[in-house]
Amino acid sequence: MKRALPILAVLVVLLAAIAVANPYFLEPAGFLAFLKRAAPLVILAAGQYFVIVSGEFDLSVGSLVTAEVVIAARLIDGEESATWPVIALLIVIGLLVGLVNGVVTTKLRVPSFIVTLGMLLILSGAVFLWTGGAPRGALSEGFRTFGRGGLGPIPWSVLILLAVGAAAIWLMRADFGKTLMATGDNERAAALSGVRVDRAKIFAFMLSGLAAAVAGILLGGFAGVSAQVGQGLEFSAITAVVLGGVVLGGGRGSVLAAMAGAFTLEALFTLLNLYGISGALEFTVQGVIIIAAVAAGAIRLPWKFTPRKGDAHAAS
Amino acid sequence: MPRHKAAVAVFAALALAGCTTDKPAATSQPAAPAASASQSAQGSGTGAQSKFFVQADFDAQLAMRSQTPQGPTDKPWEQAIAPQMTDTAKYKKDGPYHLCFSNAAVNNPWRQVGWKTMQAEAGLHKEISKFTALDAEGKDDKQISDIAELQAKGCDALIISPNTTATLTPAVTAACEKVPVIVFDRGVETDCPVTFIKPIGGYAFGADAAEFLVEKVPAGGKVLALRILPGVDVLETRWSAAKVVFDKSKVQVVGVEFTDGDAAKTKSIVSDYIQRHGKIDGVWMDAGATAVAAIEAFEDAGLPVPPINGEDQQDFLQKWKDANLTAVAPTYPTYQWRTPIIAALKILKGEEVPKAWNLPQPKVTAENLSTYLKPNMPPLHYALCGCEDLPGFPETWGGKKS
Repeated sequence: MKRALPILAVLVVLLAAIAVANPYFLEPAGFLAFLKRAAPLVILAAGQYFVIVSGEFDLSVGSLVTAEVVIAARLIDGEESATWPVIALLIVIGLLVGLVNGVVTTKLRVPSFIVTLGMLLILSGAVFLWTGGAPRGALSEGFRTFGRGGLGPIPWSVLILLAVGAAAIWLMRADFGKTLMATGDNERAAALSGVRVDRAKIFAFMLSGLAAAVAGILLGGFAGVSAQVGQGLEFSAITAVVLGGVVLGGGRGSVLAAMAGAFTLEALFTLLNLYGISGALEFTVQGVIIIAAVAAGAIRLPWKFTPRKGDAHAAS
Repeated sequence: MPRHKAAVAVFAALALAGCTTDKPAATSQPAAPAASASQSAQGSGTGAQSKFFVQADFDAQLAMRSQTPQGPTDKPWEQAIAPQMTDTAKYKKDGPYHLCFSNAAVNNPWRQVGWKTMQAEAGLHKEISKFTALDAEGKDDKQISDIAELQAKGCDALIISPNTTATLTPAVTAACEKVPVIVFDRGVETDCPVTFIKPIGGYAFGADAAEFLVEKVPAGGKVLALRILPGVDVLETRWSAAKVVFDKSKVQVVGVEFTDGDAAKTKSIVSDYIQRHGKIDGVWMDAGATAVAAIEAFEDAGLPVPPINGEDQQDFLQKWKDANLTAVAPTYPTYQWRTPIIAALKILKGEEVPKAWNLPQPKVTAENLSTYLKPNMPPLHYALCGCEDLPGFPETWGGKKS
C-alpha cells in the first residue's frame, strides 16, 4: 500500500482535474462509466505486472486481445448458446499463449522481449490470414453483456475488475508473490535458495495471457467485433505498470500500484480528450512516461525511503 | 538480467513493435485531432477546407446525383451517368481472353465483399479463359511491382484498383502503353486508362449525409463529425463536401475526430463528447463501419440516438430498423466491382465504353431500408453488392440460405 501512495496521489489530482472540466464525472454514473472503460487496461496491467516483476516483459498482450475478439466472433457467430463454451475456450487460449511465452523464455533461454515480440507478430499475422483484415461472424448478446451491461447500476466490467484486483493482491501476498518477487530481484540467488524460478516465470506469463483473455472479453463486449481492438495495448499496459513505480527488470513494485498506474493513464487520456487534445498525443505521453519512469528509477536519491535492489541483501 | 540492460531491451522492442503496429497516418497528424478544440470557437467549427477540395468536381458530383443514368435500371453496375463514349476498336481481338487484376488490398469488409463479387462476375463469362489477380496487401511498392509483373504475363486487359492516387500514377501510365487498362474505385492522376469506373464519388457521399443532418438537427444543434483518417482522397472529399454543407447551415459542429475506424475508440470518443456537451444532436460519419459503436455510446449513456448516418453495412441497417433510428446511409456501392470485368470484355470486343464511367450511387433511406436489409447476411456484409443474382449467393458472401 505504501508503495502505491505516490501514484494514488497523482491519480487523485487527475480525477479532480477531470471533475473540474466535467462535473458529470462526479455523479455515480459518470464515474462508473470511467471505471468501465478503464477496466480492460487495469486488468491487462495487473497481468503485465506479474511478468515485469519477475524480470521479463510481455509484448504479445495487445495482439492476443485482438485474436481473442476475432476468434470469439467467428466461433459464436451470433449463437447465444455458444457464449459460455467460447468464453471458456478464450481463457484456455490466453493461458496457452502465456504458457508458450513462458516455456520458450525459461527453457529455451530466449529473451522474453524477443519471444513475446515474435508472438505479437505471429498472432497479428494469424488474425490477418484468418480474416483477411475483416472479421467475420458476430458476438452474442450474452457475450456482450460483460462489456456493456451491469448488475443494476454497477457495470459487470467493474465487478470483474474488482475480482481480478482482489485475486492479484491475494496472489502477491501468498507464497507465489514472494517467490516471484525473489525471482525478479535476483534470479540466481532465488534459484540457489530453492525457488523454482522457471515455474514462477511461466506462471507469470500464463497470468498475463489470462488477463489478456479477460480484457478481450470485456473489450469485445464494450465495442463489438473489430480487427484493431488490441492495437497498442501492450504499450499502454507496460506504461501503466512503470507509471505505478514498478521497476523494469523486476523485483520491486506493488500490483496495486501497477493497477493504479493504469487508472492514472486512462484518467490522463480522458483529461486530454476533455481539453480537445487526443489521438496523436497519447503515444507521446506514453513514451515520455516510460522514459521518465526508468530514468527516475536509475537516480539514487540521498533521502531514500526504500532500499534499492541489492541494498536489501546488504542490509539484511 | 541487469536492470539497465533490461531497460535498453524494452525500448528496442517497443520501438520495433511500434513500427509494425502503428498507423502513422492516424497518429502522426498533430493538426487534425487538435482541430476540434481550436476551431470549435470559430463559426460552425468545421475547420479549414481540405487541400483535396476541388470546387468543379464538387459541383459536378452534386449535379450528377439528380441525373438519370443510362442503361438497364435493374443492373446499376452497367449504368453510366452522362457518359462520354470512347472508341476501343484498336483493342479488338478474338477470345478467349486472359484478364488480369491488380488489387490494392482485401483488408476491410467493403473490399472483401467487392472482391467476391468481382470473382463471381468473372466466372459468368466463358470467353474469359484465365483471370489472374495479385493482391498488393495495401502496399504501394508491392502494387507497383504487381503491375509490372502482370504486364509480363500476357494479359489481354489489366484492371487496377489503385492503393493510393499519386504514387501509383507512374505505374499505371507505364502499363497503359502495353495493354488496355481499366481503373476503378480510387483514381490516378492520368487519363491514359481506357476507362475509369467509380460511383459518383466522395463529395456526393459526404453531402448526402450532411444534408440529411442539417434537415433533421434543429438550428444550433450540436453535430459530431467522425472520420477514419486523414489524407485519403475518397475520404477527404466526403468530409470537405460535408463541411461546405455544414458551413451554410445553422448546426454547430462541436468536433471533428479521427477514429482510425476502430469501434472501441469510436465508442469512447462519442461517450466523451456526450459527457462534455451533455447531449449531441447529430452524428456525421465519413464511413459507416463504426456507426453501430457510435449508436451504442448513446444507448449505454441512456440517451436517445440522434440523427446519424451510416453506410449500407448490414449491422447498421439492422440496428436502424430495430431501434427505429432517424438515419440515412449514403453508399459507395460494392457492385462497382462487377463493372471492370464487363468493361474489359467490351473493350476487347471493340465496343465503345464511357471514358469516365460514373455509376449511380443510391442512398438507403427510411423508405427503402427494408429492401436493403437482408436478414441472412453477415453483419459486415454490404447491401449494395449487386451480387444477389450471381452464382454462389449467399454462401460465398458469408450468408445463409433462408
